[in-house]
Amino acid sequence: MSKPEAKLNGSPHGMKTLWPWIAALAGVIVVHFLVTDRLNPYFFTILMYAGVNATLAVSLNLISGFTGQFSMGHAGFMSVGGYVSAFITTSLAASHPDLINDPNLSPFVFGGVLVVAGLFSAFMGYLVGLPSLRLRGDYLAIVTLGFGEIIRVIVLNVDAIGGARGMPNIPELSSFAWVYGVLVVTLFSVWRLIHSRQGREFLAVREDEIAAEAMGVNTTKAKVRAFATGAFFAGVSGALFAHYLRYLNPQTFDFNRSFEVIIMVVLGGLGSLSGSVVAAIFLTVLKEMLRPLQELTKLDFRMVIYSMLLIVLMLTRPNGIFGTKEITSLFKRGRRSSKGGAT
Amino acid sequence: MMTMEKMIKSSALALALVAVVGCTKKESTTGATNAAPAGDTILVGEVGSMTGSEATFGTSTHNGIELAFEQINAAGGVKGKKFKLITLDDQGKPDEAATAATKLITQDKIQALLGEVASSRSLAMAPIAQSNGVPMITPSSTNPKVTEQGDYIFRVCFIDPFQGTVMAKFALDTLKVKNVAVLRDVKNDYSVGLADFFTQTFTKNGGKVVVDQSFSAGDMDFKSQLTAIRAKKPEAIYVPGYYTEVGLIARQAKELGLNVPLMGGDGWDSPKLTEIGGKSIEGSYFSNHYSPEDQSPAVQKFVSEFKAKYGVIPDGLSAMGYDAAKVLADAMTRAPDLTNKAVRDAIATTKDFPGVTGVITLNEHRDPVKSAVVLKVAGGGYKYQTTVKP
Amino acid sequence: MIEFVQLLVNGLSLGSIYALIALGYTMVFGILQLINFAHGDVYMLGAFIGMYTSRALNLGEHPSLGALLLVLAVAMAGCAAMGFLIERIAYRPLRKAPRINLLITAVGVSLFLEFAGQLVFGADPKFFPQIFSIESDFSFGELKINPLQVLVFGISIVLMTILQTIIYKTRIGRAMRAASFSHDLASLMGIPTDRVISFTFMLGSALAGAGGVLVGLIYPKIEPLMGSMMGLKAFVAAVLGGIGNVTGAVVGALILGLAESFLVGYGYPTFRDALAFALLILILILKPTGLFGTKRTEKV
Repeated sequence: MSKPEAKLNGSPHGMKTLWPWIAALAGVIVVHFLVTDRLNPYFFTILMYAGVNATLAVSLNLISGFTGQFSMGHAGFMSVGGYVSAFITTSLAASHPDLINDPNLSPFVFGGVLVVAGLFSAFMGYLVGLPSLRLRGDYLAIVTLGFGEIIRVIVLNVDAIGGARGMPNIPELSSFAWVYGVLVVTLFSVWRLIHSRQGREFLAVREDEIAAEAMGVNTTKAKVRAFATGAFFAGVSGALFAHYLRYLNPQTFDFNRSFEVIIMVVLGGLGSLSGSVVAAIFLTVLKEMLRPLQELTKLDFRMVIYSMLLIVLMLTRPNGIFGTKEITSLFKRGRRSSKGGAT
Repeated sequence: MMTMEKMIKSSALALALVAVVGCTKKESTTGATNAAPAGDTILVGEVGSMTGSEATFGTSTHNGIELAFEQINAAGGVKGKKFKLITLDDQGKPDEAATAATKLITQDKIQALLGEVASSRSLAMAPIAQSNGVPMITPSSTNPKVTEQGDYIFRVCFIDPFQGTVMAKFALDTLKVKNVAVLRDVKNDYSVGLADFFTQTFTKNGGKVVVDQSFSAGDMDFKSQLTAIRAKKPEAIYVPGYYTEVGLIARQAKELGLNVPLMGGDGWDSPKLTEIGGKSIEGSYFSNHYSPEDQSPAVQKFVSEFKAKYGVIPDGLSAMGYDAAKVLADAMTRAPDLTNKAVRDAIATTKDFPGVTGVITLNEHRDPVKSAVVLKVAGGGYKYQTTVKP
Repeated sequence: MIEFVQLLVNGLSLGSIYALIALGYTMVFGILQLINFAHGDVYMLGAFIGMYTSRALNLGEHPSLGALLLVLAVAMAGCAAMGFLIERIAYRPLRKAPRINLLITAVGVSLFLEFAGQLVFGADPKFFPQIFSIESDFSFGELKINPLQVLVFGISIVLMTILQTIIYKTRIGRAMRAASFSHDLASLMGIPTDRVISFTFMLGSALAGAGGVLVGLIYPKIEPLMGSMMGLKAFVAAVLGGIGNVTGAVVGALILGLAESFLVGYGYPTFRDALAFALLILILILKPTGLFGTKRTEKV
């Protein structure tokens, strides 16, 4: 990625830049009351998946877009979070049912569970990041892919979480506020991170690893950190997913799922957070819009279109729709672009 | 590091805020539309794997359902109304099945849901049908957990414990073998279920499982598993997988000089089994829902009508789809009105329904009590061996 | 004891199949330093081309060596053409692009072939006609050897030798080695780098095509997704042996085949698919250049 970092100059500090995030969170809460039980459940389902996918895409963008490490095992992180959280809540539901059923208590329990699920996943991300010590991009891609496979094989072999039979009866704890609240928190955290000293190290690794090292950046540490942080949020989104679908099965987290996240990130732009969000929502909705076509022809065009899109994008517009720009930069063009320079 | 700390603090704050909002979460309500729908059609939804690697299962089931509704409509329908079937594809994925079920129930406002073939997908769909109060009948999900999801969930096939038992008893009583090897597909919930219940019954009744080996769907080399099995000298091998792998397993078993019969379940039922397995699969046995050779008039009528419409002999899944649709129509005829509750109650009281796949009586777990057949692979087709009653 | 020897034989025969695919992988990587994810899918195409050819000519009913050679030739030619197209359309325009873009494209091509394959051929497994069979028996008591697999083993050794000769003894081979050292330097020396790369791709793809037909013959069930796991395992084999090294690819493949065979035979069949990746991680940590690889300084 030989892209000059335009927006970094406008690095946010202090309370001033905190307000948009608080407003976004407040917006999520308002919308939560507007849509819950009012919106048609089918559209609501699409909305929920879009939110989960957006969180996933943002977390992968931190690894692939900002740190330049191609990860093909994101579904693996997601499944770790999903399974860990589902295991905790189903066990709790059996031993302390009021913790799950009491509407005043369960959100706090669920919040804790999300964090635990994320931490487990982050640990996995740390483990995957470690061999990257000696791996260049291509090898790392295969290792992450293999890691996703290894997780799937392990899940298949653990009877406590259902193995191949899957895990039913997961309590329904995800809500609009949770899914989109987590999305805002993820965006905020990643945004702050990439504008911090560590974030600049990530970018340096992406731009040129050898040069970064020469400048004193501990590239291994940066990569491992990016993996762990990305995996954390992927794990949280997996937990949200599990507690909305209420059933987990290893098949859900196969390679195609990782691929869907990759295409979201690439389409939106490697290095654009808002691009990831827009692409995730767009592709989730598109999937449902293609449904009638699919029913009519009895053929699954979707993945063919996705894979073609991936190739065409790489050939014609390798930086995705937004490149490394954010949506907000569209509105601030006059102020910011003068500092940055063109693509 | 300061930013990191700040970040964590504010994130924690935000999470707490979201949690507080979550507190006011609604009391869970069922969005069931309990008014009897107007109009002269009865909308029924079907979710199946129409694309993906299990597409043949979805298509087989769909053909059976389609044929049943066609016949019922031709005979005047139910309560003067005609059935209309809406079929959605789930690509063989549990989460897609859940989305499809949600769409059918809340967008299309179906009155009953048919599907899925695989238990994993049915398990993803069942909570949605249950919480919306829409009766769901799965044609062939054999995992006991499926109907445990709620009182609106039914099935018309036997369950894994029974099918495993059938083959265990068949091995002991008919084949008279004592030492059997098990070769299961760990990727497949159905295979794991059958293998477990087979082992249970077989060992309880004096048999011995000498070795329990496994593979993953999609593998093509099974020689090392079979070598390990050969070393234990079993008299038969139980392979409750899908036909896709069984054909290759049979070939490689013969190559290794393992000349013992293979045994399996309804996942074997496909013309591809004998095509891929060739001569090697001959002389093997599997349990199934019905036999097209069955001379009873109900079966023969179904087979000939199905053949007339689709040009092939219906497999077990087509027969199950057919029966699921017929059971639904029968219940709707008996129900006092067509509200979801009344239809549910009527399905629950299904008794001695003469299905193609046997006489169907639903028990208190909403599972049918019915017999299974054992078929032998011979001459490139299947020969009826015996019927095993529960 | 007999079990051990049988597992050894199984492992070698499985390994020789991995070797067929790994050879093409290692050649393409050697020259482009690109993991051609689509390689496994070209192998799948080879199997399907073979199947359709045999069906069209009704070769399944008259198995003969001639039929096998004919089908092999058609599949190899078809796959070579496919390899040429893939390189020309998807990879060549990106030769100067950042690595991650090239990698994403390679994944895209692989998935495109898999999903388009499911549309065109149908997702359900197909039967590969038995166009060739050997009647003679290779069994020694309990020890059973499939003569076809002996043939495949022989073929992979022969192909390895031929490739070795091409790479080290011919003009084009010298050009390939030069291009793999540095595209720019090679171009300056008057080597038509693009053409050399195209040739390498076609050669590698033709090998994959041959692999597809031979695998179809031994395991007569083919499906559009058969190439993905096979491709990954072949890649692991190539890395194990030292990527870019032809002998290494074959040795690595045999090691992987043996390891899988013993793991499965001695009681851990469920971890089979994880094994390849575990081996990959191990070798990359312990000896990143592989068993036969030579150290290569990273260019700045």
